[in-house]
Amino acid sequence: MAILINNLEHSGARAICGRYDNRPDALLEILRETQEAERYLNNEALVTIAGALNISRADIHGVVSFYPDYQREAPAGHVVKICMAEACQAVGCEALAAEAEAKFGAKIDGVKSSDGQIGLEAVYCLGNCALGPSVMIDGVLYGRVTPDRLHALLRERSAGEV
Amino acid sequence: MTGRALKIYVPCDASAVSVGADDVAAAIAAEAAARKINLTIIHNGTRGMLWLEPLVEVETPQGRVAYGPVTVSDIGSLFEAGFLEGGDHALAHGLTEEIPYFAKQQRLTFARCGVIDPLDLRDYESYGGLAGLRRALKMRPEEIVETVTDSGLRGRGGAGFPTGIKWKTALAQKSDVKYICCNADEGDSGTFADRVLMEGDPFSLIEGMVIAGRAVGAETGYIYLRSEYPHAIKAMRKAVEIWKDAGLLGADIEGSGTGFEIHIRIGAGAYICGEESSMLESIEGKRGEVKVKPPIPAISGLFGKPTIINNVLSLASVPVILEKGSEFYKDFGMGRSRGTQAFQLAGDIARGGLVEKAFGVTLRELVEDFGGGARSGKLVRAVQTGGPLGAYVPVSDFDVVMDYEALAEAGAMLGHGGVVVFNDSVDMVSQARFAMKFCEIESCGKCTPCRIGAVRGKETIDKIIAGENVKENLAILEDLCDLMEDASLCAMGGLTPMPVRSAVKHFPEDFGG
Repeated sequence: MAILINNLEHSGARAICGRYDNRPDALLEILRETQEAERYLNNEALVTIAGALNISRADIHGVVSFYPDYQREAPAGHVVKICMAEACQAVGCEALAAEAEAKFGAKIDGVKSSDGQIGLEAVYCLGNCALGPSVMIDGVLYGRVTPDRLHALLRERSAGEV
Repeated sequence: MTGRALKIYVPCDASAVSVGADDVAAAIAAEAAARKINLTIIHNGTRGMLWLEPLVEVETPQGRVAYGPVTVSDIGSLFEAGFLEGGDHALAHGLTEEIPYFAKQQRLTFARCGVIDPLDLRDYESYGGLAGLRRALKMRPEEIVETVTDSGLRGRGGAGFPTGIKWKTALAQKSDVKYICCNADEGDSGTFADRVLMEGDPFSLIEGMVIAGRAVGAETGYIYLRSEYPHAIKAMRKAVEIWKDAGLLGADIEGSGTGFEIHIRIGAGAYICGEESSMLESIEGKRGEVKVKPPIPAISGLFGKPTIINNVLSLASVPVILEKGSEFYKDFGMGRSRGTQAFQLAGDIARGGLVEKAFGVTLRELVEDFGGGARSGKLVRAVQTGGPLGAYVPVSDFDVVMDYEALAEAGAMLGHGGVVVFNDSVDMVSQARFAMKFCEIESCGKCTPCRIGAVRGKETIDKIIAGENVKENLAILEDLCDLMEDASLCAMGGLTPMPVRSAVKHFPEDFGG
């Protein structure tokens, strides 16, 4: 991800930096808030933040690439995070994930569904370990998720968009 | 319409909501409105009986009566059965506090959780809240530190380091700025106690932090909370605002001369940030890479200043210790493990949830008596205690006593109190492989044994799975585990061998040959 242009500007990111008094220690908060609006961090945003906080773009790249929450590309219409940690493994999250991959034609942490609407991600613990398998769809947590329930939840969502 | 509003409790806890608690609350409100019944719905935390969620409670003259797990389709029949007066129903469990799972617990840290409205300060106070802080504000810092030391409280995050000793070190530092950092980056699979507390009784964590600040002379606190916990983030932010508005945070709290402010920082999905030096880097806005110790954070921590880093449950246990005294707290527990521990029963378990109990309970009591065995009805084969870096314990070792020392002696660890149950369909070689894979994904990359060891470990286990020179590859795996244990910078690489080795040791039949 080479960023060679110096005059990129992102007014949203600039305003968020200002709210944090351009403090470098608030970088994680600034990145998170900036990402909330567009769902990913574009070059304009990162260049603006680097300038506002007076830190190098290399440092910003280091931070953005370290944390799984930060996205550099537009995510799928609906992001399905499937908990793949031990407690959910004990109640069959692998089968749930495999069925979801087959059903939506998407890969966990890989390709989205062909219409770009569904993306699958593995997450390591949503803290709902007594009621697994657990899934988070667009930031909303669901417990005791079966393949049928997952399909129904996604159907509800796409129906709402028509 | 009746005069006094009936009180109904429907939890706002993330687990309860994940199985429909919000829909149930809305359906109860709608049904009551249709029947012209005046009732108040209180969104409490969870009682910890998660298999019964959504657990609806109704206040009656005899006490709160429990119904669960309630679904929207049950609401009509519950009203017909007169559940508002505690009427009988197929989902009724009698008085909540007489349900054996709950009655057999010893709730100290979680005494108010599930009982009160989490964001109602008066409710908090009427159940003993603020009593510890008010006593602490009249004590000298040394006295507070001594009380915490005498209570025997040890770090509930996993390492089990005596909290009082840590505080004493920070108190002794001469510095105009010190920090209290609460580690709320509860990333271990099978653990959710921090989350349950932050959602069910967030004030107790704040109270613990203010007391810690008074004790060591710190006026600024940070709560580092993981982004996977949106409900807890919302609750903690609201709770901090309520304390600010009530004058319980800010300068000169209740005329004591002690000032304290709290900032909440949200993580960004990195498991390693639960490691304390990595967490400090992350709070400073950097990559969450582990740092070499010494210096220890109590001497040079956040922004180079003396810093106390405590887990949510350690801090939330402090108010009751100050309120009731160190002797009271110390009376619970055994050996060098004093007080209570929040055990979290998870995975394939019939009655999953939170059990707060004095140290000394056995693993068998937790899994069989409280947990009721596997939810799937299959036989239990193994339990992983202490999170993804903890050991797999076979059924034959279930009589092990749950305290720091006894578990260490059995080659396992208590960690943050997670207990994940696996049934007899589990393949232990793939669990061992997952331990290495998890380390590969989550390693911060700073030290070689962890960063590369995990990858080589996974590859070696793949060869064992493929039946390639099994004996030699098991020896290589053993050697690799030695290296990771001895040479890794932190517990991530250092403890990944624990689940791997325990799987090989207790379940050799799964590793072929």
